[in-house]
Amino acid sequence: MSLLRKHEKLERNSVLLLIFSILAVLVGGIVEVIPLFRMETVIEPVKGVRPYTPLELAGYNIYVREGCYVCHSQQIRPLRDEVARYGHYSLAAESMYDHPFQWGSKRTGPDLARVGGKYSDAWHVAHLKNPRDVVPESIMPPYSFLSKNAAKIDDLGQHLKTLRLTGVPYSDEEIENATADAEAQASSDERISHDGLIERYGDKVVARDFDGQPELVSEMDALIAYLQVLGTMVDFKDAEKVEESAP
Amino acid sequence: MTASSVTTSPRYNDDVVRLFTLATTFWGVVGLAAGLFIALQLAFPQLNIEPFLNFGRLRPLHTSAVIFAFGGNALFATSYYIVQRTCGVRLWGGWLPTFTFWGYQAFIVMAAIGYVTGVTQSKEYAEPEWYADLWLTVVWVAYFLVYMMTLVTRRESHIYVANWFFLSFIVTVAILHLGNNVEIPVSLLGAKSYSVPSGVQSAMIQWWYGHNAVGFFLTSGFLGMMYYFIPKRAGRPVYSYRLSILHFWSLIFIYIWAGPHHLHYTALPDWAQTLGMTFSIMLWMPSWGGMINGVMTLSGAWNKLREDPVLRFMIISVAFYGMSTFEGPLMSIKSVNALSHYTDWTIGHVHSGALGWNGFITFGALYYLVPKLWNREKLYSMKLVNLHLWIATIGIVLYISAMWVSGIMQGLMWRSYDEMGFLEYSFVETVMAMHPFYVIRALGGLLYLSGSLIMAYNFWRTIRGDVNEKEYGVSGNSGAADKAILKGEPA
Repeated sequence: MSLLRKHEKLERNSVLLLIFSILAVLVGGIVEVIPLFRMETVIEPVKGVRPYTPLELAGYNIYVREGCYVCHSQQIRPLRDEVARYGHYSLAAESMYDHPFQWGSKRTGPDLARVGGKYSDAWHVAHLKNPRDVVPESIMPPYSFLSKNAAKIDDLGQHLKTLRLTGVPYSDEEIENATADAEAQASSDERISHDGLIERYGDKVVARDFDGQPELVSEMDALIAYLQVLGTMVDFKDAEKVEESAP
Repeated sequence: MTASSVTTSPRYNDDVVRLFTLATTFWGVVGLAAGLFIALQLAFPQLNIEPFLNFGRLRPLHTSAVIFAFGGNALFATSYYIVQRTCGVRLWGGWLPTFTFWGYQAFIVMAAIGYVTGVTQSKEYAEPEWYADLWLTVVWVAYFLVYMMTLVTRRESHIYVANWFFLSFIVTVAILHLGNNVEIPVSLLGAKSYSVPSGVQSAMIQWWYGHNAVGFFLTSGFLGMMYYFIPKRAGRPVYSYRLSILHFWSLIFIYIWAGPHHLHYTALPDWAQTLGMTFSIMLWMPSWGGMINGVMTLSGAWNKLREDPVLRFMIISVAFYGMSTFEGPLMSIKSVNALSHYTDWTIGHVHSGALGWNGFITFGALYYLVPKLWNREKLYSMKLVNLHLWIATIGIVLYISAMWVSGIMQGLMWRSYDEMGFLEYSFVETVMAMHPFYVIRALGGLLYLSGSLIMAYNFWRTIRGDVNEKEYGVSGNSGAADKAILKGEPA
């Protein structure tokens, strides 16, 4: 009963009630969130994960804009059937440059964490324009407007700069050349040099005219560039070595 | 201060409560209609009209419209109504409550325009971009001030239990909103921003937010409604005062921890997943404590359930609360989650809570409030209330059973192997299998939406001052509950 009497104090004092409520709700969040910022215990070391190229970043932003995460996850769980269906389970490092994460919560469509390289660019173009042309039973919305819209690439430097503030290690050079790099990556034209792009983002970067419209850097180019890099950055032969050497 | 000093009835600010009540009804219809439309899109993809009316853009529109527009306005209306009655004072702040009304509607419109034009942060239930987030912060601070200062200036010595829940809802939602929206805009003239945390950290923070949007927006606040309107309508005090103390503190303490159950088997560290699961299971107890407290408030007055469809709405809502807070902990167990996650089972679970618990307690509260707020003796028609109740209940049953079947079926199909050891079904085969259940789900949604239209019609006639004479000529008994006096205040 004495506890009840003590509780009466809270019932009679709104400020005390407020303070105790705040304390009660803060504990759980602090315990669960703060330790995650000690990156070395959360993100296992793997080679190959790099920040997105400017064109891929433009694609990521279209993915966000269209709400793709509403129906597609990007997080393969370490369950037998998922690894069989989608590939190696997702590692924390693979989404470390996603601001915010795109893990999703629902698979109305399949997981996309490792969709990169699984389908040709032409398949993606046809599928995005009208999914039912390629997969008759699909219930995905059409995205044909992406081919018509020019990707907004003139302000990508500003995007990289903003991301640098959040901790993505973009260099001054990468920021300066953002727009040029996006143009180069969306082009198969041999007259356009890809050297700078490769020098900055590595020789695994895929640069070509993704949407088959050489005259236009479209939103389709950007989105497919993003889709084609998903899950391809980590070389899992390296990862296995790390796992084997772990105690 | 004695209770008898509160005999002079203060002039309550009911103008703002009326505004929020109308907005609740309006946004309810809008949000449910959006839900029906996207449910039909999943059954018939030809209904996608690119780019503005594609599923990916409309789904956040639906979730925000029902949670924040319908639910949020209901919370404003009821919290403002209740805090004045239980504190015996007028809302604090002069024009500030009215500002919270227009400010909140502006936030809703801002968010909605953003969704259809592709302005989103992609964080579920926190999609609005930085400028809308800032605006909501201003409105929410005003809401907090109005509510808190009304409590501070109260004339009753005790703070009634409904107010504890409302206060914790307001302040926790503020913490969650600020915590989950640490973002940097690309330019001050553009809508786009990047969240400061990334990957694992952003996932954990997002689901700390997302789960507690359920815990505090859709649970704590709505429990405030339960603790006021059920005793009022039943004419009985709250079942157990001690249970309500236990319910309150354990619920708000434990809920916060449950977020990681949205991230089972992901790249989130195992210890966090296990903590989230453990606390989710523990959460079952306070949830059912609250359910028992709500339902048992009817002890000695069970007969009223037979006579009063409004009370029936409230009690069915608490039953759904009990059901979905049992299902939730079950789904948070990792091995169950391995099956249920990513499937429609989650969607069904959410809707048994949202349609059953949040929807029904709100409908009950609105049916209680509208005649009082517009000074009408009774609702235009009790028969229509009853019709609404049954149509909506059948709608929910269709909805959640369709989602159980489609969710569990899809989960099992994904993991099934043939005798050669290969995966038995391609992904699209599982999509095809769900089609009939998507049609049934849309039918359930149609029924639920129809119910809310019946309610809107009933309100319109009630506010106009109409009474269905044929109906009341026969039974003519609706005043009993109105005479009930709230005795739920702790002694």
